[in-house]
Amino acid sequence: MSDKDPEATRANRPVLELHVPEPRYRPGDTPDFSNIVIPAAGSASRPDPSVTAAQTHPLATDLVRVLGDDDQAHGPWDPKIDPDTLRKMLKDMVTVRVFDDRMYRAQRQGKTSFYMKCTGEEAVAIAAAAALDRDDMHFPSYRQQGLLIARGYPLTTMMCQIYSNAGDPLKGRQLPIMYSDKAHGFFSISGNLGTQFPQAVGWAMAAAIKGDHRIAMGWIGDGATAEGDFHSAMTFAAVYNVPVILAVVNNQWAISSFSGIAGAERATFAQRAVGYGIASLRVDGNDALAVYGAIKWASERARANNGPTMIEFFTYRAEGHSTSDDPTGYRPASEAKAWPLGDPVERLKAHLIALGEWDDERHSALAAQCDVEVRAAQKEAEKLGILPQQGKDNIESMFEDVYAEVPWHLAEQRAAALAEAKDK
Amino acid sequence: MATMNMIQALNDAHKVAMRADEDIVVFGEDAGYFGGVFRVTEGLQKEFGKTRAFDAPISEGGIIAAAVGMAAYGLKPLIEIQFADYIYPGYDQIVSEVAKMRYRTGGEWTMPMVIRTPYGGGIFGGQTHSQSPESLFTHIAGLKVVIPSTPHDAKGLLLAAIADPDPVIFFEPKRIYNGPFDGHHDRPVTPWAKHPASDVPDGHYTIPLGTAKVVREGEALTLLTYGTMVHVSLAAVEENGVDAEVIDLRSLVPLDLETIEESVRKTGRCLVVHEAPRTSGFGAELVALVQERCFYHLESPVERVTGWDTPYPHAYEWAYFPGPKRMKKALEKVMAD
Repeated sequence: MSDKDPEATRANRPVLELHVPEPRYRPGDTPDFSNIVIPAAGSASRPDPSVTAAQTHPLATDLVRVLGDDDQAHGPWDPKIDPDTLRKMLKDMVTVRVFDDRMYRAQRQGKTSFYMKCTGEEAVAIAAAAALDRDDMHFPSYRQQGLLIARGYPLTTMMCQIYSNAGDPLKGRQLPIMYSDKAHGFFSISGNLGTQFPQAVGWAMAAAIKGDHRIAMGWIGDGATAEGDFHSAMTFAAVYNVPVILAVVNNQWAISSFSGIAGAERATFAQRAVGYGIASLRVDGNDALAVYGAIKWASERARANNGPTMIEFFTYRAEGHSTSDDPTGYRPASEAKAWPLGDPVERLKAHLIALGEWDDERHSALAAQCDVEVRAAQKEAEKLGILPQQGKDNIESMFEDVYAEVPWHLAEQRAAALAEAKDK
Repeated sequence: MATMNMIQALNDAHKVAMRADEDIVVFGEDAGYFGGVFRVTEGLQKEFGKTRAFDAPISEGGIIAAAVGMAAYGLKPLIEIQFADYIYPGYDQIVSEVAKMRYRTGGEWTMPMVIRTPYGGGIFGGQTHSQSPESLFTHIAGLKVVIPSTPHDAKGLLLAAIADPDPVIFFEPKRIYNGPFDGHHDRPVTPWAKHPASDVPDGHYTIPLGTAKVVREGEALTLLTYGTMVHVSLAAVEENGVDAEVIDLRSLVPLDLETIEESVRKTGRCLVVHEAPRTSGFGAELVALVQERCFYHLESPVERVTGWDTPYPHAYEWAYFPGPKRMKKALEKVMAD
C-alpha cells in the first residue's frame, strides 16, 4: 500500500463515467445500417470440422454467408443442398410465416391470450431442422416454432396448444407457444429465459455417457446470454467436450433492449466462445444456406467427438417481441425494412429462381397452398375450442402431474375445486 | 392531490424520491428508455439521465448482485425484476447476500435497497407470469416484504420502503395495476378513477412499514389479506352480507400484529385470504399467530382461502384463482355456529 495521500495522486485523473449503451436509432430516426460490416458471400474460410477450437476463432468476428446479391450460392460453406430439399425448406418457411400471421390475428380476435411471431428469423429453425438428423434433440427458446413445423408436427396440435383447448397435449397448463413434444425432439419451452441452454448440454452429456449417436442443439436469444445459465452451458460444454451445438439467435432486440445491453457493443456473441475454448462461428441468419452449412459443420464436429460449437446467427426481429409488445415505442418502425441482410424467405425464393428450380407462379401457388393448409388446421383446432371457452371442464386435470401420485392435500383441494365448479 | 392508477402512483413515488435523493438509481430489464413493460419507470431516464435510470441485461442474478455492490458503495438501488416469476436466478443473491449482509458484517455493510416486482395472476400469464412467491421471502431473516393494494398506499409504501435502512421486497399486484378487481373476472374492469384510494397526494408522504389498514370495520369476523385479494375480499363480504372487519396487512414483514390481535379479540373469528398456494403460504404464519395470541377469544377455527398447490395453470386460471365462490364457502364456514 502506498503511503501517499490518495487525494493528492488523483488531481490529474478523469472522473469515472458510467457508459449506458444506446441503440443508434430511436423512434422518429431514419435507420441506416451501412455501419454493419457485411462480408461478401463466399468469402469466409471453412476449416475442417476436426480443427482445434482456436482455429475457428477468426470466424467469430467474420460472417459466414453463402447467398450472394446475385442469388447464387458461393464459397466453401455452400452446403450444396438438392433442389427438393431447398423447396421443402422454402415451403416450411412460408408455412411458418403464414402460421404466425394467422395466430397473431387469432390473438387479436380474442381467441387466445398471447402469441409470439418469428418473422424475419424463419431461416434459423427451418435450416437447423433440415441440417440435423430427425432424432437429434432441440432445446429451443420461444421463437423456434419452425423446428416443429419442419419436423412435421401437426399444425392443428400447435394451434390446440395455443388455444389451450381439448386437443392441447399440455392440457391447458402452459402459456401459448410453450410447446413440448418428445417424439419430435422438441424440449418443453420455459418462460424463464436461458434455462434450456445448459439443459441441452446435459442432454448431450447423457448421450455421450450412453454411447449414443444423437446430438443436442440448444437455443438462446442475444438478450438471454446475460443470464448465468449461459455461462453454465458454456462451461459444461467446454469441460466435457460435449457433442452439442449452442446457438445464439442474435435478432438485435430483447423486448425494448437492443443487443448492446447484452454486450454486443464490445464483442460479437460468437466471440464469447473464445474464452471458453469452444469452436465458434458467426453466421448470416437470414441466409438459409449459410445456416444449414454452419449447423452441418458443427454437427459433423460433434458427431466425431471433436466437441461443441457455438454459433451466432445474426438476424433481425422484424416484429414485436410478442402480442404484448409495441416496438414503435423504442425503435423506428422502418428498421426491419432497412435491415441489410434482407428477408430470409425472399432470399431463398430468389435463389431457387436463380437456379431455374422455381418461379413466381409456383411461389404464388405455394403461398396459396400454405394458406389453405394453415386455415384448414385452424378450422380443425377451433372445432376443439378457443381459449375463452376453456378452463371449465375437466377441472380435475389441474391437479394431475403435480406429482406422479396425487397426495392427500391435492386430493382434498381437487374435491374442493370440483365442488366449487358445480356451485352456481 | 391527483387521480392516479397504481402504475402512475408508483411512477410518481420514483420521481419524488429521485428528486430528493441523488443516491437513488433505478435499473431493470426494459426499465430504462422504454420505462418498463408495465411502464412504472416511464420518463425516469428522461428526467434523471441514463446513469440513474437504465436498462439492465437479462440477468436477475446480475441485477441484484450489482445492486449489492452499489449499496455497498453507498447508493440506494431501486430495482425492478420484470416479473416475480423471473426473480429466482437472483434468489441466491437475495437470500445469501442482501438479506444477511447487515448481520454478517456486524452492521458495517447494510443493504438499503428496494426490489420491486409485479406478482400475482388473473392476467392469463400462465405459470411463469402469475406466481405469488411472497412466502419465499417472508421466510428469510433480514428481508422486509411489502404489498400495496391501492394507488394511494402504493406510493406511500414505496416511499417508506425507499427510506428504510434495510432491504425491502416490494411486490406489486399486477392484476390491479389499472383498476381494483372484485374477483368476478367476467365483469368489466373498473378503473381506479372510481375508487377513493386513487386520490394520491402530491409530493412526499409515507405509510410506515408494519402498519396494517382496517379497510372495512365490522363485528362478525376478522379477514386478513393483502394485494389483489383485498378487493376480492371486500366484494365477497358485501355479497354475502357478512359484517366482516377486513384488514389489508400492506406489509407482511414487519407485521402489524397489534391491529390483527385487537380485531380478532373483538370479532372472535378469523379468515385468512391470499392468492398464493396454500402449503407453507404466508396464511399459515397468520393462522399460527392468531391461535397463539387469540386462542381463548376464538369462536371457530381460523380458515384459509388460497390458491391451490399446483403451478398456475393457463386455461384454468379462474378455477385456480381464489374467487367469489371460494370466498363464500369459507365465510359460511367461519360464521357457522
